[in-house]
Amino acid sequence: MISPSKVQSRTARSHRLENGLVLVGEPTEGMQSAALTLLVPCGYSVDPAGRLGMSSLVCDMVLRGAGSRDSRALVNDLENLGVERAESVGSSQTSFSAATIASNLHEALSIYADIVQRAHIPENQIESGRQVCLQELSGVEDEPAQRLMIELRRRAYPEPWGRPSQGTSEGILSCDGSDVRNHYSQHYRPDGCILGIAGLFDWDSLVEQVEALFGDWKSEGAGSISDSPIDVGSSHIEYQSNQSHIGIAFPSVPYRHPDYLRAWTAVGILSGGMSSRLFTEVREKRGLCYTVSASLQTQRERARVLCYAGTTAERAQETLDVTFAELVRLEKGVSQAELDRLKARIKSGLIMQQESTSARSGSIARDWFHLERVRTLEEVGAKVDSLTSTDINEYLEENPPADFTFATLGPTPLRMPTSISSNKEESPADGIS
Amino acid sequence: MEFRKHTLENGLEIVAECNDAAHSLGVGFFVRTGARDETDEVAGVSHFLEHMLFKGTLRRSADDVNREFDELGAHYNAFTSEENTVYYAAVLPEYQAACVDLLADIMRPSLRDEDFEMEKKVILEEIQMYGDQPPYGMDDKIKELHFGKHPLARSVLGTCDTVGALKVDQMRSYFQSRYSPGNVVVAAAGRVDFDALVEQVSEGCGTWSALPTSRELPRPESAPSFRLVHRESTTQQYLLQLADAPAAEDADRYAAKLLATMFGDDSGSRLYWELVDPGLVEAASLGHYDYSGAGMFFSWISSSPESAKDIFQRVVELQQQAEENGFTQEELSQAQSKVKSRVVLGSERPRNRLFNVGGNWMQRQEYRSVADDVTAVEAVTLDDVYRVLSQYPLTRSTTVTIGPLEQWG
Repeated sequence: MISPSKVQSRTARSHRLENGLVLVGEPTEGMQSAALTLLVPCGYSVDPAGRLGMSSLVCDMVLRGAGSRDSRALVNDLENLGVERAESVGSSQTSFSAATIASNLHEALSIYADIVQRAHIPENQIESGRQVCLQELSGVEDEPAQRLMIELRRRAYPEPWGRPSQGTSEGILSCDGSDVRNHYSQHYRPDGCILGIAGLFDWDSLVEQVEALFGDWKSEGAGSISDSPIDVGSSHIEYQSNQSHIGIAFPSVPYRHPDYLRAWTAVGILSGGMSSRLFTEVREKRGLCYTVSASLQTQRERARVLCYAGTTAERAQETLDVTFAELVRLEKGVSQAELDRLKARIKSGLIMQQESTSARSGSIARDWFHLERVRTLEEVGAKVDSLTSTDINEYLEENPPADFTFATLGPTPLRMPTSISSNKEESPADGIS
Repeated sequence: MEFRKHTLENGLEIVAECNDAAHSLGVGFFVRTGARDETDEVAGVSHFLEHMLFKGTLRRSADDVNREFDELGAHYNAFTSEENTVYYAAVLPEYQAACVDLLADIMRPSLRDEDFEMEKKVILEEIQMYGDQPPYGMDDKIKELHFGKHPLARSVLGTCDTVGALKVDQMRSYFQSRYSPGNVVVAAAGRVDFDALVEQVSEGCGTWSALPTSRELPRPESAPSFRLVHRESTTQQYLLQLADAPAAEDADRYAAKLLATMFGDDSGSRLYWELVDPGLVEAASLGHYDYSGAGMFFSWISSSPESAKDIFQRVVELQQQAEENGFTQEELSQAQSKVKSRVVLGSERPRNRLFNVGGNWMQRQEYRSVADDVTAVEAVTLDDVYRVLSQYPLTRSTTVTIGPLEQWG
């Protein structure tokens, strides 16, 4: 017999610069690569009300030249360093991620230091940046599942937390060069900035490099965000398609909440693996759809479970009813066997995460954002090991899925389930909206 | 890192890249069957069959299969292409034996009538789902236009009509003719116990009897053409192009990959600077895909309908320029750095190496280490790229465009 795998003991280190930027690093021997994730406190939640999509536009513009490099030199140099990169705008942050051969880490890092501190934002490229954002918005129009989920998030969160990160075309068109530069100088700032690095590197020299590259960065300070209710409108979007798309959301607890692990595993039993409840009941037993899933999406202060199913119009009502029934049934509890299967998946997921520097750099940076510390995989592993079905069932009994939000997109509207009790949704008697 | 291989008496081959430093392993059953092995009567059967392999065996019900994979904590899935059907799982080393037992068992499915009818509904949903998404089936259409009756032009999904009409007996006889041990390669990568793997696979598959299988490999004869398809309800205009390219067994495939990277990678390429960076298009890219006996250069462009024709014009000009003047050393070095880095970064995960090891064996009966691939990428010269472009001009393309435009010009 081979002895069971254990999550490796690795320690993440952290270092706070005087200007507030936090460096978290997990050095690992035996890797050839190093990866960085830089979280800048410029999410869609800080887009000015009339300029939705501003953070997304800024994210495009900062790559059009920074420091000593013009637009072309910047992209070409990153590519010559073999950097695999991605940028995205989330609720609270813009995320820059990059992975490359370990020996190129320092040079890549110095380019990112320029991007976040010394972007040119050239006036003669503002129009190009706007066009890139508008093209992305047009593309979304042709992706029904994505459109549905954008609408579901908009309905499920208070403003400004459920906005689409791409913004709106009116918002993008209202942004001029000076708006973009102001937004950049206000929100690309060191306090609230987190740099996560994983892979093959030496911690002490990394700290020195980061001090040298980011130490002089000054903050202009930023205001706070207040939540406000949204205008929900109709829950159905008319769309010419073969399939109808169904979205259901309900509130849950964020990552930093003591109940998070219990809430997250409950969703894992609903969706995750082919023996999970949604897959079994909706797809395997009834053949209602190809895609059905649920996931817990967490922001810092709030979280929602978002559920999706896509099916041909004539079977959409049944799909909605069966899916919804599974969400409601969660309240009755989960079995130890279901939990044991999920635990096996979580454990192998944790161990396999160790094999990717990109996954680790993102994970430790996000850990810091949510918890102001990094949990080791060992610690997470131990917590998961100790969970019992009783723990989860106690949580579900006290916090049954409720306050559902619905959205549908397709050729015909659907009848919303009658057992809902929600102050956000139109009353059940209204039926089809 | 050590490469090992073994062949069972019935012809089933086992190949593995063993890496003791890995934390996990990936293992997959690669079956030499796909859309190219189908006939009109059973179009879509390979992919449908892939779904049916999860529906139970003599020893296991469909629920058992799903439950057991989950109990192993496996990250598992399957996919079907024009020429292969692959079933794979990534697991921790202590689950190697149980995982191979399960994978081997599902390779001999029951194919029960009631499961067949239930899963047919799921497949029909999948076909409708893709029908709603760009490029609305035009990726199949363009292969058909370009390659005519060549087997590689066949659709992996099939249509609602062909799948709807399919009978379980047809699937059973297709299965018999394709899932013979000589048509199956078991590949593994990562922390693999190879000696145990050979025993486990012999245990699970050693009694399978060998039946003769064959695959037709006619030379592709392509005929470029242009087609406009009207679809009122879309926002964007989509433009697809297909040109001939080096095949899987052609040494020029590395030059072809670098050519595609320089011309149409999603960042830093000629298409990127000309069209994507200024925001003239939503996306513009060129990729190289290689199959046994044929290859494809595949372009994908999406833009507003109003500018689609100008964009197309510009793409053709860029293709002509590349064919006349080639590329610069700077462009080549940049593409080489990028591709090499991708190869190395991708290799850190055993499940990625699995597809590399299995894919190379399926296509060429060869093992290639990460270092071999890096060396091959480094060896490509501007002359190689120029030669590929002369032999496989991008301007000799079939073009299909779909979107709100009713007329082209």
